[in-house]
Amino acid sequence: MIELHGITIRSGPFSLTNMVLTIPEGTYAVLMGGTGQGKTTILEAICGLRTVASGRVLLNGSDMTRWKPGDRGVGYVPQDLALFPMMTVRGHLEFALRVRHCSTAMIRDRVAELAHVLGIEPLLERRVTNLSGGESQRVALGRALSFRPRVLLLDEPLNALDEVTRDRLCELLRSIQKESGLTTLHITHSRAEARALAEKLFILEAGRLREHPLDQLNSLPAGSTET
Amino acid sequence: MPFFVVMGGLGGSFVLLIVALLAADIAFTSPKHFAAALSKPEIQHAIRLTLITCTISALLSIWVATPLGYLLSRFSFRGRWLIDTIIDIPVVLPPLVIGLSLLILFHLPIGGTNLEQQMQQLLGVLIRSWNNLIPFAKCYWKPRVTYAEPAVVLAQFSVACAFAVQTMRVTFDQIDPRAEQVAMTLGCNRSRAFLEIALPQAWRGIVAALTIAWARSLGEFGPILVFAGATRMRTEVLSTTVFLELSVGQLEAAVAVSLLMVLAAMVVLGVVRLVGTKVVR
Repeated sequence: MIELHGITIRSGPFSLTNMVLTIPEGTYAVLMGGTGQGKTTILEAICGLRTVASGRVLLNGSDMTRWKPGDRGVGYVPQDLALFPMMTVRGHLEFALRVRHCSTAMIRDRVAELAHVLGIEPLLERRVTNLSGGESQRVALGRALSFRPRVLLLDEPLNALDEVTRDRLCELLRSIQKESGLTTLHITHSRAEARALAEKLFILEAGRLREHPLDQLNSLPAGSTET
Repeated sequence: MPFFVVMGGLGGSFVLLIVALLAADIAFTSPKHFAAALSKPEIQHAIRLTLITCTISALLSIWVATPLGYLLSRFSFRGRWLIDTIIDIPVVLPPLVIGLSLLILFHLPIGGTNLEQQMQQLLGVLIRSWNNLIPFAKCYWKPRVTYAEPAVVLAQFSVACAFAVQTMRVTFDQIDPRAEQVAMTLGCNRSRAFLEIALPQAWRGIVAALTIAWARSLGEFGPILVFAGATRMRTEVLSTTVFLELSVGQLEAAVAVSLLMVLAAMVVLGVVRLVGTKVVR
């Protein structure tokens, strides 16, 4: 469960004030809004990369407003993916588990499981610098899921992908979320993605965060979506 | 066509000047002069001391420049401009002033003592501990900084480190901090994100900074002359050899040593070009 209780975030001249959001446990929520509205800022506040000036961030009922990013148990896939260029695909999947001092056998089993689910088994020993867009997205998703996070945050994860790859990854995200029951917040501009994935839809517009009925997706302002 | 003639002519004049300088040096000397210079025990000692001190000061520079370059690249804090300015002082200051300032720093009376005496005591304790721990490899070096070997390293380090910091800062500026942030969401603390994510990506910059610091140390003369002196078989490095040989009228030996330094500099610059082209422009 993800809860934002009246959070205010300031970054230079930009600020978001009194943001309120509740995503029930196991729900796949989609956040939409125009460019520069602060969607990424909200995600960063949830995962602890941005300091919250006031208000509270609760994950599964625990107040994590002042917790360090690494202690929150948030799986985060940023827009630019930010893969580690000096590591192999296997290194990415192992990273969070090594940080947590998991046993070798446990790491091996988890990597095999993730690689199978994400369909990246043949890529495990490859460096990430020459992967395709779709492959990179899968690796970033695997890295975020590897340590079985409390919640999953996805920042435009399917951007810049061709339609076929996008549909495949949409399907993958849906099946992973269904199996793991992970509370997910997914930022997108795409109505098609929202239609395919969202159980709840939120709109960030003119500094206001509000829930929007899913069946009225087509009525959204043009600036916050693309078809 | 006139465009290339004008641009090439203007730019080429500098390249021609450097080539002419080197050609003149080569024409002036001969293998016989080289052999004679290299057979001198004083010059052999200077080569050894140069290689050792340049390597130590380059390693010290990288040890300091990596964390400093990272902090300056990643964090905005009050007074950063002041630190930036302080770091650049050795780059713009006349080298002799650095040497003079080091000399004054080590001999300025502070509470009945000075830094030189404090360092001598500290080095004395370290040497005694070494001799007690490893009696079969005793050290008989008389601890001293000013006008001794440590002064050579310190004089080289004072200038070389500034260049290393600049290189490391540019290196980290070019590395996206996003990957470190993601690593922190995966459970890393800041130190581990630096060591496991940022540092491996910075390896080209580290090699470039190391070689630049080494090359700067090789060319250092003013601060060494003032702070370490130019005592033969003691604090003489290759740059001071050129000066000493010139001062006694041994022009052939001075040119031979100069060409030796040119060769060393070219090897180092070649390494920079080969390894660090992505971060050093």
